[in-house]
Amino acid sequence: MSAAGTPRAAALVLADGSTFEGEAIGATPDGGIATGEVVFNTALSGYQEVLTDPSYAGQIITFTYPHIGNYGTTADDDESRAAFARGVIVRDLARRHSNWRAESDLDSFLRAKGLAGIAAIDTRRLTRILRDAGAMGGAFGPIEGDGATDLAALTAAAAAEPGTDGVDLVSQVTTPEAYRVGLEPGTGKHVVAFDLGVKRAILDQLGRFATVDVVPASTPAAEVLAMNPDGVFLSNGPGDPEMLGGTIDAIRDLVGQVPMFGICLGHQALALALGGTTEKLPFGHHGSNHPVRDETTGKVEITAQNHNFAVVADSVAHVADVTHINLNDGVCQGMALRDEKVFSVQHHPEASPGPHDSAYLFDRFNALMEGDTENGAA
Amino acid sequence: MPRRDDIESILIIGAGPIVIGQACEFDYSGTQACKVLREDGYRVILANSNPATIMTDPDFADATYIEPLDRQVLARIIETEKPDALLPTLGGQTALNLAMELVEDGVLERNGVELIGASADAIETAENREKFKEAMTGIGMEVPRSNVAHTMDQARVVIEEIGLPVVIRPAYILGGRGTGIASTMEEFEHVAANGLAASPISEILIEESIAGWKEFELEVMRDHADNQVIICSIENLDPMGTHTGDSITVAPIQTLSDKEYQEMRDDAFACLRRVGVETGGSNVQFAVEPATGRRVIIEMNPRVSRSSALASKATGFPIAKIAAKLAVGYSLDEIPNDITEKTPASFEPTIDYVVTKIPRWAFEKFPGTSGKLGTSMQSVGEVMAIGRTFPESVQKACRSLEQGHTGLDAGGRWDGLSDDELLAATAVSTADRLFQVAAALARGLTIDQIHDASKIDPWFLDQLSIVTEERAALAEVALQGRGLADLSRAEWRRAKQLGFSDAQVADVFGASEADARAARIANGVIPTYKTVDTCAAEFEASTPYHYSTYEDENEVSESDRDKIIILGSGPNRIGQGIEFDYCCVHASFALRDAGFETIMVNCNPETVSTDYDTSDRLYFEPLTYEDVMNIVEAERPVGIIVSLGGQTPLKLADALPPELVLGTSPASIDAAEDRDQWASVCARLDIPQPAGGTASSPEEAEAVAERIGFPALVRPSYVLGGRAMEIVYDTDGLIAAMRAMAVDGSLGREGGLSAERPVLVDRFLEDATEVDVDALRDATGAAIIGGVMEHVEEAGVHSGDSACVLPPPNLSAEVIRVIEGYTRQIAEELEVVGLINVQYAVKDGQVFVIEANPRASRTVPFVAKATGRPLAKLASRVMAGATLADLATEGLLPTADGEIPGWAPEGIWAVKEAVLPFNRFPESDALLGPEMRSTGEVMGIDVTPGLAFVKSQLAAGQKLEPGGTVFLSLADRDKPAGMEVAGLLAELGFSFVATAGTAAALRDAGLDVAREVTKIVDGENTDAVTALTLIESGEVSLVINTPRGRGARADGAYIRTAAAQTGVALITTVAAARAVARGLSDWQDSPLEVRSLQSVHATYTPASGI
Ligand SMILES: Nc1ncnc2c1ncn2[C@@H]1O[C@H](COP(=O)(O)OP(=O)(O)O)[C@@H](O)[C@H]1O
Ligand SMILES: Nc1ncnc2c1ncn2[C@@H]1O[C@H](COP(=O)(O)OP(=O)(O)O)[C@@H](O)[C@H]1O
Ligand SMILES: [Mg+2]
Ligand SMILES: [Mg+2]
Repeated sequence: MSAAGTPRAAALVLADGSTFEGEAIGATPDGGIATGEVVFNTALSGYQEVLTDPSYAGQIITFTYPHIGNYGTTADDDESRAAFARGVIVRDLARRHSNWRAESDLDSFLRAKGLAGIAAIDTRRLTRILRDAGAMGGAFGPIEGDGATDLAALTAAAAAEPGTDGVDLVSQVTTPEAYRVGLEPGTGKHVVAFDLGVKRAILDQLGRFATVDVVPASTPAAEVLAMNPDGVFLSNGPGDPEMLGGTIDAIRDLVGQVPMFGICLGHQALALALGGTTEKLPFGHHGSNHPVRDETTGKVEITAQNHNFAVVADSVAHVADVTHINLNDGVCQGMALRDEKVFSVQHHPEASPGPHDSAYLFDRFNALMEGDTENGAA
Repeated sequence: MPRRDDIESILIIGAGPIVIGQACEFDYSGTQACKVLREDGYRVILANSNPATIMTDPDFADATYIEPLDRQVLARIIETEKPDALLPTLGGQTALNLAMELVEDGVLERNGVELIGASADAIETAENREKFKEAMTGIGMEVPRSNVAHTMDQARVVIEEIGLPVVIRPAYILGGRGTGIASTMEEFEHVAANGLAASPISEILIEESIAGWKEFELEVMRDHADNQVIICSIENLDPMGTHTGDSITVAPIQTLSDKEYQEMRDDAFACLRRVGVETGGSNVQFAVEPATGRRVIIEMNPRVSRSSALASKATGFPIAKIAAKLAVGYSLDEIPNDITEKTPASFEPTIDYVVTKIPRWAFEKFPGTSGKLGTSMQSVGEVMAIGRTFPESVQKACRSLEQGHTGLDAGGRWDGLSDDELLAATAVSTADRLFQVAAALARGLTIDQIHDASKIDPWFLDQLSIVTEERAALAEVALQGRGLADLSRAEWRRAKQLGFSDAQVADVFGASEADARAARIANGVIPTYKTVDTCAAEFEASTPYHYSTYEDENEVSESDRDKIIILGSGPNRIGQGIEFDYCCVHASFALRDAGFETIMVNCNPETVSTDYDTSDRLYFEPLTYEDVMNIVEAERPVGIIVSLGGQTPLKLADALPPELVLGTSPASIDAAEDRDQWASVCARLDIPQPAGGTASSPEEAEAVAERIGFPALVRPSYVLGGRAMEIVYDTDGLIAAMRAMAVDGSLGREGGLSAERPVLVDRFLEDATEVDVDALRDATGAAIIGGVMEHVEEAGVHSGDSACVLPPPNLSAEVIRVIEGYTRQIAEELEVVGLINVQYAVKDGQVFVIEANPRASRTVPFVAKATGRPLAKLASRVMAGATLADLATEGLLPTADGEIPGWAPEGIWAVKEAVLPFNRFPESDALLGPEMRSTGEVMGIDVTPGLAFVKSQLAAGQKLEPGGTVFLSLADRDKPAGMEVAGLLAELGFSFVATAGTAAALRDAGLDVAREVTKIVDGENTDAVTALTLIESGEVSLVINTPRGRGARADGAYIRTAAAQTGVALITTVAAARAVARGLSDWQDSPLEVRSLQSVHATYTPASGI
């Protein structure tokens, strides 16, 4: 932070008791304490997209890159209507930003979105703890002055933080009402997209070739079929796939009826619908540099990732082939059904933030809806 | 696709001598490539003319050719070795250009050699700027508007359509040589003409200037399967208009949003695909218009480059190593990332720190140069620093420069300037700009004002401002009457996190660095060491590559093995370069083999020493007392090696714990450096020295001159490379020299004029032969002579700038015996443990000692390669306690039937020739003198001194030809001997052009003179032009000019420059001329033979006795 400014002292405490001293940034948390599951993201750029990605609902995001806020923020980079994350942890918040696209600085952005943050943290130490122990609960807040609380309170709050296992976060982020984006009806394909916490960049990609009806996570299969779409899309989203209940039933009924493409949480939900299982990774994949190989072409793509749960490959082996694997840890990163026009990936082909290497997957979906199995995944 | 088994042997071409724009980063890349390809079971053949490189060690290739990098010579090597493949992408522009020539000559095809790593087409598309731009626009990318010209007339047409300002860039050149920005028609005429001259195919590109835009660089890797990854993204602090090599650069990119960065990434990939780089590393440069984000592509290099070395050190991703593996068939996902060991190389490194590179220049050595930076690279070295934040990393980089900066502090240097003057100064890119910006911020000029002037991005300016504000805050504390001791832990921590050095804080409080250090430690504020791991801690890293910062957690793991810290040589500079890195790296290898844990400390990203797998541990840190002591305290080593890295670590020796300093004691080092102590040493041993004395004022200097007479040599103590050394011929000259030293700021820092560091005034020995000796002594007193080298140029030309021959071709056995004797005595007297270098001047058979340096010298690698003895390895072992006897029994010191043989190889002659950067500084007077100016060196090795000399000349870029016209101009004393040479040349079929006196002598000797020119009196003289135009006309194929006294030395220099510019071979001593004449005759009846070092040192049995 600024050498001249007088920062508000703050502290971060993890469920394991680790304590970090820092400076409060952004909004002041309700009750003076922000709690959530602390995760990290190793991307060098794209902080605004990350902060507005609904998949981070319930989580406190640590950026491993020390300078955050350098190029400011702009409405163009919002990935959803709000910031669903619980907080942000940085080493250094840029005092002055510089970029022709910028409309505002990050600190004001955080305040506007009601996001609390803490800066001047040894984020590398924090990351190493999370790497070894896995994502864990944490709490932070100002430690003196107004809205003040103390370390004991933070410790208690961190310990009490349930994390994201067994928590239904999707209902908090999914759209209350169905809405339509993309092409004029009749000018392209028609896709129904389950909003489990969808990112705007995904809808933009689908919108290139389809009229997209975005529907709440709870929408039953019958309703979807009644719209008689050319394809169904299962979006990314936050938290534990086991909590998706109704959505999973809907997916089960839709498999075989209509071409389907799922991303991230959508990919996991599909697996569960197929009778497969998911597991929580020791520490998730949270960055823009993960190598994934498309087993159907042998080509390596650098991907954006943000997930703590992954599909257990064997659990879907009876119906699906693994099409993508993460070269860092061999985790199943994508699958395609053998007998149906259905496929899904764990990583984020829409990037934003991240590399564009996987954008071809949207074209694959488009081709699939055309019944062209050449480029199709199946 | 896995390893290619259809290839067995691979030829790698090195980059040749260190020149501006092509430095030791290519030793780093070549060494990595050799290592990894041999590990993979390939037979590696290496060609490189540069003996100072690590890659040219016999251990790094199966066949090492230290031969001229010239198309014919390479053809011979290829015919001899019949390699299956040629890998040209690791030897810089030199290797790339040679590969193209070999393709054109059909040599590769005839010998069935496959070009791997880059195809001829790809090279052509990337290197030919016209083709490149077509290619890029062809795939829908924007490039600066431009057009090509091959003549001045064409150029004038082009400027009509494009309009000023423009950038002019020749095709096929290094580091932007001959490029420039023209804002007026006059400038245009000038720059365009230079450009046409600089381009080997006389082609220039005239291009819309986008100076002031943001400049970026992406390091890309691509494999056969078209997998592509970005290894590192770099943003230039200095905007477009300053060559990247001369720019302060920062990794990763700081001021691009993800949307912009990802588009740039896509463009970089598209660029490599279009150019057709099948495998390996390339760098792509972009410019972005700040106000609009408009992005244009500037250039790409289809090869490993300077920035690849930087990117490798910045991320821990070994670009050259991986590039080599990709070239032999692997795909990225088949290669493990050997930092994490668990993950594949097919990923994009992500970092959690900031890297700053700052170049270092040598303008002070080239009077007449403007010091302005532009589109043509001028820096001779660089430092890199790692910090958690930009302020920390830029401050560490500033103090790494070893130019007296304790951090980002302007001192009072620009206090005299008005605000407008200061802003105007920041508008011009120079070595001082960063500090001028700091000064401007410190006096409260706004970021917007400074941005408008300098075009430096406001984000960087604000970050710099955070530093200057912190300094002001500390000053405020001092003003309140609080002292260092009163600084709180929090205040200390904040300052240290912003990269402030103890010295810098001390400076603010007017206290000593020691006090600051003590106060800081008393507050429990000590550095934490973090790890460079390519993944921002997402995975566990196993490679111990560390940097210091001030955070909560320290990651350096304890180890109970015996550790030895090796202090590197810091940024390359003239007088201290790659040779010292060679020594440090050898020490690391040797000590590792001997069971020690080796710890390297250095801040130079170009070097092999900063490769993370050279030593057991690498600390990428500034070489200052503070930073070194912190590591010493963190690692608790059993010893520290300070005598292999040149002056940089030596300067620290006194301050380090004496019991830890290995080898020769700091006291002895002082004894050799300190004039009076040294004089008494020589007196005790009664070894003649040139008469002389010391002076700390002009008056004292005059007194000394009274006593010793003129000409005299004046120089400061404690400097390297004859910095600011001058030959004076009269009192006026003497006074002027003394004054210069008193004022010269850079000198003030390097020693300068003071009672403690007086100036040395010596009788200058004219027409003396200079001799260099390297020797090695162990703690028991046993000593060996490493080698004795006879200089080709007379004493007075700095040892680093003159050619030398091993063994001495002209010294009598007696003189050599005396020299060896003196050397042993001096080593004994100074109780040297390790290396010592002694320089002598031999005048009329009498031997004078010039100086002794009880440390590794510039010549160590050359001697090692000439004699087949690993001097640096031996030295490091000796310093760590081994005796020469131990090393002999161990076999590290070669023995012949139990005996340690003499140093002189039998039947083999090695010549070292210096390479000078005058072509880069045309404004500067090309006079050679006691101040060193060469940037690099080459080696010629052959069976006669003549052939070896011929090779060294070819390697240095002198176009020796077996016949033609000789321009002859000899000093009277040289005429008799010179006539023999002339006779020899006449027999070889040369005809003569000569100056009057020499012409007469020739005629007396019965040789005809085709043409006579008048001897030059000075450079202005019109007659001078006659001689020069004659040379420039290309009529002359060889110039022999032996200097005589002052004037003539100047003449020689003018002629030398003319020759240098036109590439005509030039010889300055009769001895050399004789050698060349003999060489040429040998050359006439036998084509140049190439020999691998391995075969050379296998065949000769070292002569004993000498
Ligand atoms: N059109 C231009 N306008 C202004 N500066 C330029 C332009 N093109 C190049 N430069 C500057 O010149 C430098 C050298 O140009 P570059 O194409 O990279 O040649 P080199 O092969 O020497 O690296 C660049 O780093 C950039 O700062
Ligand atoms: N007394 C002298 N007479 C003639 N030449 C000298 C004398 N002293 C030094 N030189 C020349 O100056 C050069 C640099 O001097 P030296 O003492 O070696 O400085 P450095 O420490 O830079 O090597 C030498 O290489 C030699 O050519
Ligand atoms: Mg360039
Ligand atoms: Mg010397």
